[in-house]
Amino acid sequence: MTSRLMTRRKFLKIAGLTIAVLITPSGYKLLSAKEMEKKTSEAFVPNIWLQIMTSDEINIFVNKSEMGQGVYTSLPMIIAEELDADWKQIRLKVAPASDEYKDPVWGSQATGGSTSIRHMTEPLRKAGAAAREMLIKAASEILGVPQSECETHMGEVVHTKSSKRIKYSGLVQKASLLAVPQNPSLKREETFKLIGTSLPRIDIPDKVQGAAVFGMDVFIPDMLYAVMARPYAYGSKITSFDEQAALHIEGVTHVINFNDKIAVCADKPDLAWKGKAVLRVKWSNGTSPNLDNGLLEKQFLKSLDNHGIKAREEGEVSTALSHAWKKIESTYLLPYLSHATMEPMNCTAHVRKDRCEIWVPTQNQTGALQVVKKETGLRPDKIKINTTYLGGGFGRRFETDVVEEAVKISKVVGRPVKLIWTREEDMQNDFYRPANCSRISGGIDKAGNLTAWSHKIVCPSIFARIFPGMVKDGIDPAAVEGLKNMEYEIPNIFVEYVRVDTPVPVGFWRSVGSSHNAFTVESFIDELADLAQRDPLEFRLSLLNKNQRAKKVLEVAAEKAGWSKPLSKGEGRGIAQHLSFDSYVAQVAEVSVNKDKSIKVSRVICAVDCGRIINPAIITAQMESGIIMGLSAALKESVAFSKGGVQTSNFHDYDLMRISEVPDIEVHILKSNEKSGGIGEPGLPPIAPAVANAVFKATGARLRNLPMTL
Amino acid sequence: MISLLVNGKRYKLDITPDVPLLWVIREHLKLAGTKYGCGIGMCGCCTIHINGKAKRSCQITVGQAKGKKITTIEGLSASHPLKKAWVEEQVPQCGYCQPGQIMQAAELLAEHRNPSDEKIMKTMEGNLCRCGTYPHIKRAIKLAAQGGKK
Repeated sequence: MTSRLMTRRKFLKIAGLTIAVLITPSGYKLLSAKEMEKKTSEAFVPNIWLQIMTSDEINIFVNKSEMGQGVYTSLPMIIAEELDADWKQIRLKVAPASDEYKDPVWGSQATGGSTSIRHMTEPLRKAGAAAREMLIKAASEILGVPQSECETHMGEVVHTKSSKRIKYSGLVQKASLLAVPQNPSLKREETFKLIGTSLPRIDIPDKVQGAAVFGMDVFIPDMLYAVMARPYAYGSKITSFDEQAALHIEGVTHVINFNDKIAVCADKPDLAWKGKAVLRVKWSNGTSPNLDNGLLEKQFLKSLDNHGIKAREEGEVSTALSHAWKKIESTYLLPYLSHATMEPMNCTAHVRKDRCEIWVPTQNQTGALQVVKKETGLRPDKIKINTTYLGGGFGRRFETDVVEEAVKISKVVGRPVKLIWTREEDMQNDFYRPANCSRISGGIDKAGNLTAWSHKIVCPSIFARIFPGMVKDGIDPAAVEGLKNMEYEIPNIFVEYVRVDTPVPVGFWRSVGSSHNAFTVESFIDELADLAQRDPLEFRLSLLNKNQRAKKVLEVAAEKAGWSKPLSKGEGRGIAQHLSFDSYVAQVAEVSVNKDKSIKVSRVICAVDCGRIINPAIITAQMESGIIMGLSAALKESVAFSKGGVQTSNFHDYDLMRISEVPDIEVHILKSNEKSGGIGEPGLPPIAPAVANAVFKATGARLRNLPMTL
Repeated sequence: MISLLVNGKRYKLDITPDVPLLWVIREHLKLAGTKYGCGIGMCGCCTIHINGKAKRSCQITVGQAKGKKITTIEGLSASHPLKKAWVEEQVPQCGYCQPGQIMQAAELLAEHRNPSDEKIMKTMEGNLCRCGTYPHIKRAIKLAAQGGKK
């Protein structure tokens, strides 16, 4: 017994070491020997990501949230590949929120920044490979043959000479006593059987039957429903309300005044909303009663005259501009955008004196855990956070506002509470994609070469609220994303950032800074190509001599689109490329402009180099998804403000792209030996400029404001 | 007491008739496949069948649904050609809007054996999908219309 425990301790230490090389020193904690003792009685646990059961099932723990991007399939594929498992054995387990499941690169458990594959590939491959080596060793001992004569195949170890086979399930007890290899050898890429194939997604059958459990679909015995009355204007507080009127409605159990909002709890949601409707809340004026679109626009444009903080400087831009043969200056203006996840915000919480359990569609388990800790004062081991399926995330579910509300309410009522936001609350209480504007000057020489680029961006800071430590020298990293690292080789370049603060809260929105900076950069490059009277594709390629990956995606997109094929009158073809989240994407858009000046995008050709391909079908789906969300924003979306608050309230005044508006989309995935890049976001940034550039070709009109109107 | 017939099962509910059917199906009957998206009939997440017709359950009160035959995503046969085609074409991403999409498409196929592209667009236009699964939805409907054969 002692020796077994020692072995296990040693095993834990080795397993921890194997993984510790991948994480920040403060970010990791080992499972205790006691916990391991419980778990290993029936299962073999090489480390926390993987359990090969004696029942022949293989549990794979996924520490990332599934919000449509396919991680519940792509991450298990990586382990299963190295383990040489039969895909049918794989059982997906959603990891709880705890230190063991922190992202090794971030040191926190969260999903965002198109990082799941990028951050998890290495630890997952090692976990699978370590287990495989241990299974081979166990088999060789049982069969009394050398390890070198053993191979693995579809969940079995095969002794090649005798053709004797043993299923993994028959080896786990022996294997669990072995030391975990610290540096297991990983498979050679050419032997991959799963990675690189379009395996069907694990989550789809349940989603098709209506059986997948989203946050909204959580039911807990004895649960109350909570709804919230919120102010319209930013900074508005309650001056009076009729608590009794709400409490008189049968089924309404609690009315809780939080000073800036009021929760109403009832046995059923319809009763809670009835209670909310009769509260007759009187609100104070907000802190910015005159806030509206006009005022915001003025503030942004006026800030263009402020000096910015230098984010990038190469060469001597003002000299180069003054010596330029021709130069132009353009101003671009982009709106606030709503996330508009199809599932409105919600959270179910059950706070008890000594423990708390949460069910929430979240992108941020560590953040949720911290909020619960703060609100309840409980130790993390007394808090259980269950991540449900997310009905869309796009960055909105990185926020923990709804968790905080649900916990506060449950604490007061002492029962489980499901807090449901209406679509109107969701639209009006978002952390929006920041509005922003850019003034860009560029110059060319007589030969038509781009010599100077000076770029000033005015943008609110997302990081100042969420990760203030990452704001260095006053520069918000998101605001200059895609500018600071712009790929074009320009001898004189200057980028400056002007932070503008408004009452409108801002947050991460799919592709973040790239969602706006790709538009301004790729539109302005087109303006400069036109100034130089050069083909927009050729002009771009000439600026990417050192950047073969960017060049290649442009060439492939152009070739597949038939870049030089003539189009009819009123039609145009535009191109754009952008690097984000380690993936290169180029897109060609074909548009036609109708007599009523409406823009129809008829075809989009996309080329992506995202490094090593895990699941091509998922990559294609994510490219399409990014393109459609990007088109939706470019053509339709803008949050409206009036009288100090958000006027936009539902899909009648914030419509999303619909099926009838979607172009034909072709996705071409380039073969690449580079490390895997992200795929959730990089499909989005190039589409808006590709369309704007196509509209310019079709009409001669340069669209510098979004959403586009002619 | 209101009596409802949902997926062939009869339920008796002590409820006022003005409650939107959506919330009765979801939170009273716990048939959570039918989703809340907007509450104003603009997104289609809550689409169900009433007497075989696709309807937005957020726009119908439980009183109006009394005595009618209600079908939700859970009541559509698990091997319905559309459900199979949805898996075959790998349609869902986040999946939240998909039950509504499938219920809308099911009415379309019940009435038109082989709908044209235009007919598909026009019928499905009321169902939003933020993930942009539209190209896959279109392909899945066509696949189902062709009896599952590509």
